[in-house]
Amino acid sequence: MFSESQLDRMEKEYKEWLREYEKALQKMPERLERFSTVSDMEVKALYTPLDIKDKDYFEDLGFPGQFPFTRGVQPTMYRARLWTMRMFAGLGTAEDTNKRFHYLIEHGETGLSTAFDFPTLMGYDTESPLARGECGKCGVAIDTIDDMQRLFAGINLEEVTTSMTINPPASVIWAMYIANAENEGYDRKKLGGTIQNDCLKEFIAQKTLMLPPEPSLRLVVDTVEFGTYEVPRWNTISISGYHIREAGATAVQELAFTIYDGITYVEECIKRGLKVDDFAGRLSFFWNSHIDFFEEIAKMRAARRLWARLMKDRFKAQKPRSMMCRFHTQTAGCSLTAQEPYNNIIRTTVEALAAILGGTQSLHTNSLDEVYMIPSEEAVRIALRTQQILADETGVANVIDPLAGSYFVEALTDKMEEEAMVYIRKLDEMGGMVAAIEKDYPQMEIADAAYHFQQQVEKGEKIIIGVNKFPSARPDLEFILRIDDELENFQIERTRQFKARRDKVKLQKAMDELRRRCEGPPCWENNVMPALIDAVRAGATEQECCDLYREVFGTYSDPGTF
Amino acid sequence: MADERKLRILIAKPGLDGHDRGARVIARAFRDAGFEVIYTGCHQTPEQIVSTAIQEDVDLIGLSILSGAHRYSFPRIMELLKENNAEDITVIGGGIFPLEDIPKLKAIGIKEIFEPGAKLEDIVQWVRTHVKPRKAMVA
Repeated sequence: MFSESQLDRMEKEYKEWLREYEKALQKMPERLERFSTVSDMEVKALYTPLDIKDKDYFEDLGFPGQFPFTRGVQPTMYRARLWTMRMFAGLGTAEDTNKRFHYLIEHGETGLSTAFDFPTLMGYDTESPLARGECGKCGVAIDTIDDMQRLFAGINLEEVTTSMTINPPASVIWAMYIANAENEGYDRKKLGGTIQNDCLKEFIAQKTLMLPPEPSLRLVVDTVEFGTYEVPRWNTISISGYHIREAGATAVQELAFTIYDGITYVEECIKRGLKVDDFAGRLSFFWNSHIDFFEEIAKMRAARRLWARLMKDRFKAQKPRSMMCRFHTQTAGCSLTAQEPYNNIIRTTVEALAAILGGTQSLHTNSLDEVYMIPSEEAVRIALRTQQILADETGVANVIDPLAGSYFVEALTDKMEEEAMVYIRKLDEMGGMVAAIEKDYPQMEIADAAYHFQQQVEKGEKIIIGVNKFPSARPDLEFILRIDDELENFQIERTRQFKARRDKVKLQKAMDELRRRCEGPPCWENNVMPALIDAVRAGATEQECCDLYREVFGTYSDPGTF
Repeated sequence: MADERKLRILIAKPGLDGHDRGARVIARAFRDAGFEVIYTGCHQTPEQIVSTAIQEDVDLIGLSILSGAHRYSFPRIMELLKENNAEDITVIGGGIFPLEDIPKLKAIGIKEIFEPGAKLEDIVQWVRTHVKPRKAMVA
């Protein structure tokens, strides 16, 4: 990008500048012995064209909507359409969550995102003894297709896209969504949305575990295959770095492990016989936007470039859409503090701005009280307003990728990609992600990073305002949401009554067919989705389907290493 | 003092909550402080936690939870310890709890609750001050 003579002169003058700089330091030393990002990637005092001299604009950046998509996946980006404002919501019963959905839509959000409670995430109905005390606490309790109907009552399912954060039981919850939508007269070919369905990151980070890795992957491929032929507007996997980061990973680890999970899904789908260009355009990603502004922007730009190159070179994808890393972003829950919670609005604003400058397709902004529990209406409205103010008042959405060409941002983007590639090669050498998970490799890398960060906080090397600098006590906020412990009994009773009404013969037939397909070799004829849709329509509960999975495929428990 | 055995600590995660960052960090901090540490992994029932604590003859149980299910699991664990004549095992908790729940948790015998921002070295110091090796259980 610069002529050789310019670079030669710059190198000489940069060295001279450095001498000036050293002299200035004699009088006034730097604030810190070492400057680094929140992930502890070292940063220099100054970046110049010398830091990006080997970059080729066309090879490494290109234009928005063009390979390698560093500058964005669409040619128009936010000038044509803003990102989707998709607040993560789920609490109590299906009716409680439906009320929250309507509240958010009334206040201007443009897409839905569903948070399920822990029993639903792990494939248990509310009445399971393992679910005691959990009902509706961290999300909504969904046991049956009737709950699904209540969840989306009054919402146009062909107009609003819905993301559902569900992983091992994703096929079951998706079947409930499709069956309910069809019962209400919608066409499955027109349904748009996302199931998270990222089983690999569960072993690495989030730990909502159900089946061992191999059968988990089989079910993921079943959903991708079914989506490809039957629900073509649906994003069948949201390959998620969010939880990997929340578990303590660095930005590079988040990038590398997530992209490698993506590689694994693509490989598995190809093994099934799917053609890469038939399904890859429906894979999406999910990033965390942490507090270190430039590091996050660089991570998202690097993610697009890395994925595009891998899809083109490794998997020989032809269609541009197959190479696009389209992604949702959530601001970092783990960056929020229980102390002085109003400061969380400021943290979230900066993180949301990074996600926007990073080119996200949709965004969840955390609420100031999300550190305690599910947000109150008051707090969630402020969080949504944060996005709306950034979108409509600040002008940041008026130019595509405005930080391109910043010596620092480009150098950091390159470093992100290079360091992620070191992990990717290492995972290749280990024989892939399943082998690496079995060796506990990504889990321990993340545990090391989490412990290192905590030690840095304790030594004051990383600052958290209100915690280790200007420490403050936690206040008792008046508006914090309380989830009634009694909901559990209500939900148990409701599901029992639902079960008593079912046509047992029809249900048994559907479950027998589901079992036959699970026991058979993985292929289109044994794809679980058609049988699941019949089963949930005949009244199978989430747990009944998941228990069948557990019987056929076995279970997996957290090994509890640290 | 020299031949006093090392403190044995069980770090446990009750309920279905998968947020294990805090549990894994504190387990390492205890190990680095010279204690013997056992970690259950996620998704343990109160029954499993108490049974592991007794089998492993621990002096301290550290419960880590973020989901809000502590209102069921913590009292249940305390009840089970009592039923098994093991109420001399010290129990502490860590996580984010509604403020109004903290006195209730202490009232059922949980010795200390460590909230967000608690320093690892302060938690380690608390353990050194408040927990002594208990007498081995007679089988």
